[in-house]
Amino acid sequence: MEPEDHLFRRESGRIVAALTRVFGVHNLALAEDVVQDAFCRALEVWKFRGMPENPSAWLMTTAKRRALDVLRRERTAREFGPELSRWIDSEWTLVPMLDEMLGPAAVKDDLLRMMFSCCQPRLPEEAQVALVLNILCGFSVDEIAAAFLATAAAIEKRIGRAKKVLAGSKALFDLNAGDVAARLDAVYRALYLLFNEGFHGASSEGAVRAELCHEALRLARALLEHPATATPVTHALCALMCLDAARLPARLNAAGELTSLFDQDRSRWDARLITEGLAHLEQSASGSVLSEYHVEAAIASYHATARRADETDWGQIVGLYDMLLTLRPSPVVALNRAIAVGQHRGPEAGLAAIRAIQDSARLERYPFYAAALGEMELRCGRASAACEHFRCALELARNPAERRYLDLKIADCGAFGGDVMIPPRRIVVET
Amino acid sequence: MSEFLFLYRSTIDSGRPSADESQKRMQAWMNWLKELGEKGHIKNTGQPLDVTGKVVRNHGKTITDGPFAEAKEVVLGYTLVEARDLAQAAELSKGCPILQGDGVVEVRPVMGM
Repeated sequence: MEPEDHLFRRESGRIVAALTRVFGVHNLALAEDVVQDAFCRALEVWKFRGMPENPSAWLMTTAKRRALDVLRRERTAREFGPELSRWIDSEWTLVPMLDEMLGPAAVKDDLLRMMFSCCQPRLPEEAQVALVLNILCGFSVDEIAAAFLATAAAIEKRIGRAKKVLAGSKALFDLNAGDVAARLDAVYRALYLLFNEGFHGASSEGAVRAELCHEALRLARALLEHPATATPVTHALCALMCLDAARLPARLNAAGELTSLFDQDRSRWDARLITEGLAHLEQSASGSVLSEYHVEAAIASYHATARRADETDWGQIVGLYDMLLTLRPSPVVALNRAIAVGQHRGPEAGLAAIRAIQDSARLERYPFYAAALGEMELRCGRASAACEHFRCALELARNPAERRYLDLKIADCGAFGGDVMIPPRRIVVET
Repeated sequence: MSEFLFLYRSTIDSGRPSADESQKRMQAWMNWLKELGEKGHIKNTGQPLDVTGKVVRNHGKTITDGPFAEAKEVVLGYTLVEARDLAQAAELSKGCPILQGDGVVEVRPVMGM
């Protein structure tokens, strides 16, 4: 039997969460050690004997044995989880209790409870995202640093601090508590940021970025498995992630170059994800809450269902961006709106919309702000102005793929040898 | 065909591989052993060995916990392979994933008649 992709990564989050309920959140490091140990054992044994019939159960059983050793050895010295404390002293109660707590029925909710614990509002959002990746997705510090273009030391510090804050509460977040709804917003936000880091982030490696998107989607789907968290907004978030992630396979062309939404080979979009996304979008349309995720999912659905770039309904998309701006005002949203305006009403209108962006100073370091100006100027036939903007963007480019993309743009400007009208193309920049 | 024992030796890994790294390493081993098997070189896949243990010396008067902490390289497992000769056996060992790290494969002919 072949191990499925990311089996260890998926099991890591599940088992760490379950053990943390047993040991208490203050003993998170101990839970992580036990899981590490179980993985090392699996690595050694499986490579000689092959995969067991049910690898998830094998890993959980191995972790449970090891946990039992730890509990027996340290039950007098250490304080464990609140749910276990009454049962821990006697072997009569310890073993059945542990069997129960690590049984399939109980473990089902632990991943979600850990997710809610990580999205503790006292932590900065970037720390929440790092925690989710580390604890629930089994990413090492180095892997997180690579994904965020940060140093390992910085990430180590961020996670270390965040874990100290987590340790302040002994029990995992209680999904039956009244404040699920309030915390759920923070969970959405963290998963959304995780997804966006993959979709728009600075890391140059396509594979790393796609993994972040898929992890975010996996966790968002997990929210649908519990009645308290399977809300219309959760469906909207899943829809948005599916529909955007569907385009990932086409973002780099055969030559490994960054390809805009306009030039992408749409036959390479993931049809299965589009179908799933549209189904979630349909299920999101109930209840009274219209979230920003609903609106973004709707925008993504217009792209996903346009067979060709020039069949896109830009009028609808501009309207949705207007709505998104009232729900979540941000210069990046305004920039995307301006690009849609440029498609809908022409490049001069697009330029005017870009110039009208409030807080545009916050976009100064974002390479695709200058690139969007360049695109509009180029479409207006002002190649030299466009070239200036692309050069600015090039200075800010964050990785080789972006630099290559902008180099090609600058070459485009030169190819027209001056200010002439050129046909509209490659307008929407999707990074 | 003659038999050879592959002894996999490595320092005890104190690093913490991530979930995906662990899985990749495992996959590499499984692929390698599978390939050897398909070419008909595997007599017995062998077993992994725990790094704990006892060392008995001095007519049994001295029993210590494994010398593994001080030992530079510990045997972590073994496989019994079949090959034409020692040269071919050594050639076969080259694909072993343990060589990607600081581990070694010791190739030892099983003594014949």
